[in-house]
Amino acid sequence: MKKLLSGNEALALGAYQAGVKFASAYPGTPSTEIMEAIARFKDIYAEWSTNEKVAVEVAMGASYAGARALVSMKQVGLNVAADPFLAIATTGVNAGLVLIEADDPGIHSSQGEQDNRHYAELAKVPILEPTDSQTAYDMMAYAFEISEQFDTPVMLRSTTRISHSKSVVDVKDTLTVPARKIAFTRNVGKYVMLPVNARIRHPIMEERMVKLAIYAETFPFNKIEMGERQLGIIANGISYQYAREVFPNASFLKMGMTYPLSEKLIREFATKVDRILVVEELDPFLEDHIKAMGIKVDGKNFIPRVGELNTDILESVGRKMGFISTPTREKIAAADLAKRPPLLCPGCPHTGFFYVLAGLGQRLKLPGAKDKSPSESNLVIAGDIGCYTLGTYPPLNAMDTNGCMGSSIGTAIGMEKVGLPAKIVAVIGDSTFLHSGITPLVDAVYNQSKITVIITDNTTTAMTGHQEHPGTGISAQGTPVGKVILEDVVKGVGVKNLAVVDSFNIKEIRSAVKAAFDREELSVIIVRGACAVRVPKHGETRVIDTAKCNQCGICLLVGCPAIQINGKQPVIDITACTGCAVCQQICPKQAIGPLSQIKSEANK
Amino acid sequence: MSTLQKIDLLMTGVGGQGNILASDIIGDIALAAGYDVKKTDTLGMAQRGGSVVSHIRLAEKVYSPLIKEGNVDILLAFEKLEGIRWTSYLKPGAIVIINNRAVPPLSVNLGVEKYPADEEVIKALKQYTDRIYFVEGTRKAIALGNARALNIYMLGCLSNFLPFNSEEWQAAIAKHLPEKLLKLNYNAFDTGRKEMKDVHV
Repeated sequence: MKKLLSGNEALALGAYQAGVKFASAYPGTPSTEIMEAIARFKDIYAEWSTNEKVAVEVAMGASYAGARALVSMKQVGLNVAADPFLAIATTGVNAGLVLIEADDPGIHSSQGEQDNRHYAELAKVPILEPTDSQTAYDMMAYAFEISEQFDTPVMLRSTTRISHSKSVVDVKDTLTVPARKIAFTRNVGKYVMLPVNARIRHPIMEERMVKLAIYAETFPFNKIEMGERQLGIIANGISYQYAREVFPNASFLKMGMTYPLSEKLIREFATKVDRILVVEELDPFLEDHIKAMGIKVDGKNFIPRVGELNTDILESVGRKMGFISTPTREKIAAADLAKRPPLLCPGCPHTGFFYVLAGLGQRLKLPGAKDKSPSESNLVIAGDIGCYTLGTYPPLNAMDTNGCMGSSIGTAIGMEKVGLPAKIVAVIGDSTFLHSGITPLVDAVYNQSKITVIITDNTTTAMTGHQEHPGTGISAQGTPVGKVILEDVVKGVGVKNLAVVDSFNIKEIRSAVKAAFDREELSVIIVRGACAVRVPKHGETRVIDTAKCNQCGICLLVGCPAIQINGKQPVIDITACTGCAVCQQICPKQAIGPLSQIKSEANK
Repeated sequence: MSTLQKIDLLMTGVGGQGNILASDIIGDIALAAGYDVKKTDTLGMAQRGGSVVSHIRLAEKVYSPLIKEGNVDILLAFEKLEGIRWTSYLKPGAIVIINNRAVPPLSVNLGVEKYPADEEVIKALKQYTDRIYFVEGTRKAIALGNARALNIYMLGCLSNFLPFNSEEWQAAIAKHLPEKLLKLNYNAFDTGRKEMKDVHV
């Protein structure tokens, strides 16, 4: 039956039909929907793990015990999981283990752009790369067979455009994979990586790569498609699709296994065409390996290393190389349009404390107003990864650093320890804190840091689309499970000063932050309030009483998308307002109130 | 079998306006009608009120999920500013259906940037095409009882230019919406389908 599936849905269905019994993941764009799709199958075990490292470790255990295991994450997730990934690459598997990682060329939703194929080379494991949803679906069964046949984890590499594009998949009804026995056979030489055993495993890994390279020669997703011989294109993943469209008459070598490479097939292709162009996104991974075979190719001398490819880019490459002669389209200069970056939502629980921090740091400024902020900031806000990173934008301007998951607390400690003359605050979300904020908090206690840590707790993983986590007490499959209490964790590691405040109570937040700043000790403030997407109505819709309002514009400094301006008069869009009342609490003229009261006062 | 003519469709709007559901419905209906289909949406950070854009490609055989600049046959814009953000993708003479609704971005509210006037919107589009339709999607959806029916109303407008009949549309809509919302959305679809008269600018 034909279905329109995203790459992520196809991968999940393919894995399920390949007999996966265990799936683990941590949410991360563009990989999140793989777990969301596979968790719907209730006859297998699926979990949101605390972070990517844990996700690989639990999958490792499942594989050792005899269950086919799938683990999925975004590209930077593998940075977190690199340690266990290299560990299982060394020990090998029992039942098959496939790690799906989704790269993000173009940085649609990541903190950087990296080509994770280098990890597979480092770990000495094979890489499979689908070119659309159909190949994503079809490849999963092969991935598990390769894993078991060669005693290795398999990396399946997707990219944003593969994961988030829908295309047609011919779905099979069922796939019968013989059930495996759940059993663990003690094998110290394989599973206990003492140096003496690891020294034996390394040559086995090298032999594995040699065997895999032979297998690659007949791997059905490595395929020559002959056209004219003037131009031969070697391409992987989504790049293949762009190249097929732009160069319809060229010959192609489609690479489904991009490590190790099928050298014979590549040499055969090289004899059949006059000139080879390697088309791949990000690093010259295929190109460098093919050049090392002594084969002359073009590649990154024409194709950009940075960002996503598309048909427009390849068309201009074709012109530069002399393969396309149609004239370039005349471009009409585009008007300079107002930008529309993503924002904190109306009623977002992060807005209130950012407003307080920005106020204490003298950062709030209306456009055109005189800048009164001190040249050397008296406040430094080390941020982290989540929706709250959007607090960086004006008018809040309330984030100064943000590198990777969990980095806020450590960065703040370092700044404090070298004597930076400022109040230093770390801001971290609940899911991120549980992911990788606990160990740096332990560091803060142990090394007697004096920073203030704000854990902004909206009790969900909001940015990636509201996934559960250990603090919500609900599993990936929707069942009630253990709930980790943030207060217990914070107190448990030895933090003495803990305050828990309401996200929508500005007075409470301000006094907790001031108390923390006055204290020469580590303080943690949990700012708790539900995500506006999950609880779309906090209270009665707020409106501005234009009779009382003096148009000072302070309410605009909250950065709430529901507060708009009509000429000079701020107005609240009642279809967008959630009634959180943060604006009401900061209005110096008490001109903001609930719709019913303002109406009745106006009627008097 | 007669060959299916390619249709490259670009759908733009602001996160939360229901673009992705609408593009899923088009994908399903085209698949059922025998097209090869590829579609790709912006996700992730774009959910938070940012610009969203969906590329939907229908043909005998589709390779790239992204449409090449200058090749869009139909632009369906849920918001005016977003209706002119991607004009370079339009082919000469493309069909443009644009919802007469302004959702000013924060930078406009803060007075840093300007929201384009209707004349500027029309001028930007007229550089590429004369087939521009301004529709009152948000107003009509609110009048029908729910602003969220905008996306289905817009599909109704679009349906005049796609080779699928009303039954096919209804079946695809039913697949994606809960039973209790069907009556409202069928209404929204029919209202949009009849909308194309007198809205040409």
